[in-house]
Amino acid sequence: MYSFILRRLMIAIPTILILVVFSFVLMYAAPGGPFNSERPLPPEVMANIEAKYGLDQPFLMQIFNYVWGVVTQFDFGPSFQYTSRTVNDVIAQGFPVTLTYGFWSAVVALVFGVTLGVAAAIRHNTWLDYLAVGISIGAQALPNFVMAPILVLIFTLWLGLLPGGGWNGGQWQYVVMPVIALSTSYMASIARITRSSMLEVMNSNFIRTAQAKGLPMHRVILHHALKPALLPVISYLGPAFVGMITGSVVVDVFFSTGGIGQFFVNSAFNRDYAVIMGITILVGVLTILLNLLVDILYAWIDPKIRY
Amino acid sequence: MSLLEIEDLRVTFRTADGPVNAVNGLSFEIDKGETLAIVGESGSGKSQAAFAIMGLLARNGGATGKVNFDGTDLLSLSPRQLNKVRAQDIAMIFQDPMTSLNPYIRVRDQMAEVLQLHKGMSKKKAVAESVRMLDAVRIPDAKMRVSMFPHEFSGGMRQRIMIAMALLCHPRLLIADEPTTALDVTVQAQIMDLLTDIRKEFGTAIILITHDLGIVADSCDKTLVLYGGQIMEQGATTDVFAAPSHPYTKGLLKAVPRLDRDDDELQTIAGEPPDMSCLPAGCPFSPRCVQALPQCATTRPALDLFGAGRMRACHVPFAEVI
Repeated sequence: MYSFILRRLMIAIPTILILVVFSFVLMYAAPGGPFNSERPLPPEVMANIEAKYGLDQPFLMQIFNYVWGVVTQFDFGPSFQYTSRTVNDVIAQGFPVTLTYGFWSAVVALVFGVTLGVAAAIRHNTWLDYLAVGISIGAQALPNFVMAPILVLIFTLWLGLLPGGGWNGGQWQYVVMPVIALSTSYMASIARITRSSMLEVMNSNFIRTAQAKGLPMHRVILHHALKPALLPVISYLGPAFVGMITGSVVVDVFFSTGGIGQFFVNSAFNRDYAVIMGITILVGVLTILLNLLVDILYAWIDPKIRY
Repeated sequence: MSLLEIEDLRVTFRTADGPVNAVNGLSFEIDKGETLAIVGESGSGKSQAAFAIMGLLARNGGATGKVNFDGTDLLSLSPRQLNKVRAQDIAMIFQDPMTSLNPYIRVRDQMAEVLQLHKGMSKKKAVAESVRMLDAVRIPDAKMRVSMFPHEFSGGMRQRIMIAMALLCHPRLLIADEPTTALDVTVQAQIMDLLTDIRKEFGTAIILITHDLGIVADSCDKTLVLYGGQIMEQGATTDVFAAPSHPYTKGLLKAVPRLDRDDDELQTIAGEPPDMSCLPAGCPFSPRCVQALPQCATTRPALDLFGAGRMRACHVPFAEVI
């Protein structure tokens, strides 16, 4: 097991390097640059700025310098757009925000999604099943840019219960609506996956054995069926969790939370190369780690899997 | 009074193509410590009859009739009451040992939970009892192996574990649904020997559901031949084998390959198992029967008593069955 984890972490290094090179190439292939504006700057000024950020150097040299800075000093460079702030500053400010509402979104999506899916499966083809399927289709079909203003309308304008935006250090009132807006569609997916895998597991021979042993229904479900039924949910949850904790533009914009989802999109518009790279690497590393965690969880649940 | 009395058991499944009648008026009895074989080909309704007794029918299935176990009608019990009967009074082992144990749970925990639940034993005591039962079904090194997962055992070993698990509460009736079908021949013999021993040791009555006449002859007191969810004939195993009273039984016995005869060809019963959603009005076997009379297709033969407690449902007189 340990050698498996070590091996996977070793493979992660070239994977991230390839990610860096690809992102660099794509970024430079896009027309325009960080300092282009409608009124062109005088050439001397432009040259000065480009020299300051190292943009005047050959392409390969830039990649090398970037990687070197990251590896030796954990320096992801300065932001091109927010002068006087480094990429580390931007991420340090935005990531805790998205991590907070993303984590709670994952918890909410998992708890409600699994409950809904299990309930639908064990009451297959009854009103409860149809209701659960209806809820999850509705939740999936409702885009969060529609959901977010509706939430604000209800909870802020009509009921006056929650603040309409802001973050305020992550006080719970400010977290509730971002979590609802972000978790709904994930919850719907988890409910559908749980329902179908639970249906399959409940039809398997070992569940019949458990019933023949006279176990009460709740024990059959919780002790015998839930573990295998959750395997596909876990594989879905790995990448989905990364998506949640790295935030959503819609949530960041609508609720002015200041998370990195917003920074990521802005940096792409502004050709803020350093911020794009920084967040890309963050997402890449998180994806690799979460997938590794999924594999470890799989081995923990399914004794037939040994690495 | 018999241990289990089944009267006019009918099992019907609702499907998109209309109702499918898997069992059509099955009646039989089994006494304490007795062994009954239910024989029939695939789709004859033998497994569904067993599931109906245990209340394990698929969700779209329903059972009517009477299943009297020691005076209680199991079909009328609530799920909670039925759970008390399961494992404690009636236990079941299944056709496919490879998939019948939960692959995600250690054998120890799967076995111990039965005793913890039904007997209120502590975990430690339940595990110790499970080890003793694994010893009884001759799992070598049971003390160590009880902590393993099912996939670490061979098919034959897994069926032994299933049997041990079924016997934990010393049930009075064990229903074995094709327990050897998925196993190879040498292992089959071992499992059958084991079931015979268990019956002697624990006095458990056994319903053996099978399509393998070879294992019936050796191990069962009574034999019941099922076709299209109906009884074709029933009687003491020795009688049924020595003088089959129904063309279907006759066909089945002829189809058993014999080494002591110089047959070049394997004998078969022509035709296919019946479509349970549209059985003929008469005898379900009539379309395939070589001796079918005109009335066979239209009138269902009654189940008549004859000989020494034997029964047969056939229009062809016993003496003329060839």
